[in-house]
Amino acid sequence: MTSNHEAAPAPVVLELRNAVKSFGAVVAVSDGTIELREGEIHALIGENGAGKSTMVKILAGVHRPDVATFQVAGEDASFRNVGDSKAAGISVIYQEPTLFPDLTVAENIFIGRQPVNRLRLIDRRRMRRDAAALFAELGVDLDPHRIADGLSIADQQLIEIAKAISMDARVLVMDEPTAALSGAEVDRLFTVARRLRDQGVGILFISHRFEEIFALTDRITVMRDGAYVSTHQTAETTEAEVVREMVGRSVDQLFPKEPAPIGEPVLEVTGLTRRGIFSDINLVVRSGEIVGLAGLVGAGRTEVARAVFGIDRYDDGSVTLNGTPIPPHDPQASIDAGIAFVPEDRRKQGLVMDLSVARNATLAVRRELARMGLISASHEREVAEEWTDRLQVKTSSQSAPVSTLSGGNQQKVVLAKWLATEPSLLIIDEPTRGIDVGTKSEVHRLISDLAGRGIAILMISSELPEVLGMADRVVVMREGRVSEVIDRSDAVPEAVMRAATAAREEVPA
Amino acid sequence: MSTIVSPEKKAARPRWQNALLSRDAVMVAILIATIITASAMLPRFASPLTVGFLLIDVIPVLLIAMPMTLVIIAGEIDLSVASTAGLTSALMGVLWQSGQSMVTIVVLGLIAGLLCGALNGLLVAGLGLPSLAVTIGTLALYRGLALVTIGDDAVADFPVEATSFVTSKIGATGIPVVMIGALLIVLAYAVVLHMTPFGRGLFALGFSTEAAKFVGVKVDRTKFWLFVGTGVVSALAGIFWTLRYSSARSDNASGLELAVVAAVLLGGVSIFGGRGTILGVVSAVLLIGTVNYGLRLERVSDVVLIIVTGALLIISVVGPRIAEGVATRWRGRRLRARVSPTSS
Repeated sequence: MTSNHEAAPAPVVLELRNAVKSFGAVVAVSDGTIELREGEIHALIGENGAGKSTMVKILAGVHRPDVATFQVAGEDASFRNVGDSKAAGISVIYQEPTLFPDLTVAENIFIGRQPVNRLRLIDRRRMRRDAAALFAELGVDLDPHRIADGLSIADQQLIEIAKAISMDARVLVMDEPTAALSGAEVDRLFTVARRLRDQGVGILFISHRFEEIFALTDRITVMRDGAYVSTHQTAETTEAEVVREMVGRSVDQLFPKEPAPIGEPVLEVTGLTRRGIFSDINLVVRSGEIVGLAGLVGAGRTEVARAVFGIDRYDDGSVTLNGTPIPPHDPQASIDAGIAFVPEDRRKQGLVMDLSVARNATLAVRRELARMGLISASHEREVAEEWTDRLQVKTSSQSAPVSTLSGGNQQKVVLAKWLATEPSLLIIDEPTRGIDVGTKSEVHRLISDLAGRGIAILMISSELPEVLGMADRVVVMREGRVSEVIDRSDAVPEAVMRAATAAREEVPA
Repeated sequence: MSTIVSPEKKAARPRWQNALLSRDAVMVAILIATIITASAMLPRFASPLTVGFLLIDVIPVLLIAMPMTLVIIAGEIDLSVASTAGLTSALMGVLWQSGQSMVTIVVLGLIAGLLCGALNGLLVAGLGLPSLAVTIGTLALYRGLALVTIGDDAVADFPVEATSFVTSKIGATGIPVVMIGALLIVLAYAVVLHMTPFGRGLFALGFSTEAAKFVGVKVDRTKFWLFVGTGVVSALAGIFWTLRYSSARSDNASGLELAVVAAVLLGGVSIFGGRGTILGVVSAVLLIGTVNYGLRLERVSDVVLIIVTGALLIISVVGPRIAEGVATRWRGRRLRARVSPTSS
């Protein structure tokens, strides 16, 4: 289907080699390489956290790489901002475009560079004509007069593409464009993409859906752990091969859970449904057991956990802890019943960054801390010290603002805060996101230790080795449903990845 | 450049925050220095008379600043406080004319404040509307109701027992008797904010609603009660105002909301929520009161007084920012100097 592109390699339009980008102590991309030719559609794939998004943001001019060899159309490129990237001919189409809802389609396309007439006023007629011409070129039927508000995501993406074409983009980066699209919309997008390719545009296509990747792309580049792995001609590789490359990992990075006696069910979730977000979720977590909740970003894992804990409402189903029903939408009741929740965003959800270590560590037990309604500072400090010492939090003092701590130590404060409630169930969302390798294994040892003390643990993680190393059972979610439950003995990376990404109809119920 | 500096910015926070943490100490020091300066420079300043007038002048702002501090720390704002006080005042006038007893009037006034606050609370917490918009609306609404209640009249014939009680002093100290009540309210709010689980939750709420939800703070209920609090205390300030001047009018205390917000912010409460102390706010209220009183003794006009308050506020907000900016820039330069030779 794309044989004419394989025969004589077209000139390279974009080349980013050996890119390094770190955020503080966290290295998001350690060796990022991508080469894009004119007139090709090139897939960039990898697990969550492999560094794809960071690569996109480097290309978009959002992030500046610490180190990189970067050329666009044979010239050295160094983008200080998004404008530089656009000027170099790179346009990024995001999963959910952000148009100005109150402006028309044509105005959105030409925003900031509207054609003007002799009086320096906006030439509306010309703007509409140009917009209509762009849509004709793309072969799509959209009304340039229409107000953007209420357009489908698919239409909004097309408007972004039209905008890119009007700016003579040589490179089009599509960051998971199909995630929110229906089948027919995907087909239309692909038709447009192929048409642009034939006109010589280089398209970088980021997706988790292998079906689409193999139907659309000419080449595939695989990333893993922030580094380039390989590039294949799509026609010459297989899904099995690229999945293997995506998950392949050396053994020393695995985190084994210590065996612990597994007891009675602690958390039982039955038929939990929140319309449009997740449906019919059934889960059991027993004491001493670690259940890993795996799946792609956006599969609904965090949403399920939030509903269980009572942060969000749910429409149907029930949650029980040690046999007692947990009232919906009442986090305090969940805390009182013995559920602890370490959320994924430490800075916004897990901690109050302005408050001291002691205040943060005791925030979840603030009611138990009070005697006759009043909290004494010394008692607060004692309790905080007890738990931060147990978790070996490194801090200059209990009264230091928690924002002064390293990411790993902040995460330990979040854990301390929840362990102080002496929970029977610990929900932990991305336990080691953004923390250094040393502290990472410390956190894993800690979680394993907690399971050993009989706490039931529900761990959400986008890092496969973490899930595989820690979990007694892996519950894989895909598109708001549990797609598979895999026992520890059967939990190999390929099986989890397949359950997380496979098309719905391929999976046995 | 901006992308390189951003991770450094996080590292720059502690020093800046430490400076803010010690802000209370700075505020108290400035207050004491101002009082000493005023006493030395103004011969008539250091006297029981000063203490009396100064304190009685600051009481309305001091009172309303207490619940306002909690509201702002929780990430909201209430601009309807002065109108609530005005409405209470108007109500008092009408009730007194209709022959009600003073006790009934005070109780009904407080209930009116409670209802004003509850309406704000319902709109903000119940319907999830932004408090800035809601209370700008009720600012006009309550002031309008005050005008409807009493019209253009002023009721001035309140009983002497009531008015003289409000302005009476403790012996020869010059300290107004009502200051004891005001101090009790200050103390109560200080305890609630700094020593109760409820107060701990407010800081979390102001920093991030999500963070507060995760530790079980009942966000809506908490906000509702905060607004009820401002309503009741504003009514109390309105009652005080009416009796002190022995005058019930619909335009009593108008514009006071901005004086209160200015004092609260000067006291180190973050307008974005999540940070602040009662001690800082009390110091700021007294500082503004002292400066104003001192200047007034020197026959400086009221227009200038407003300018001084405004300048103090801007300095208090801009000062730490400038310090932070200088620190960040300096750190950024140092970082670039460190990075440039190694980056190939």
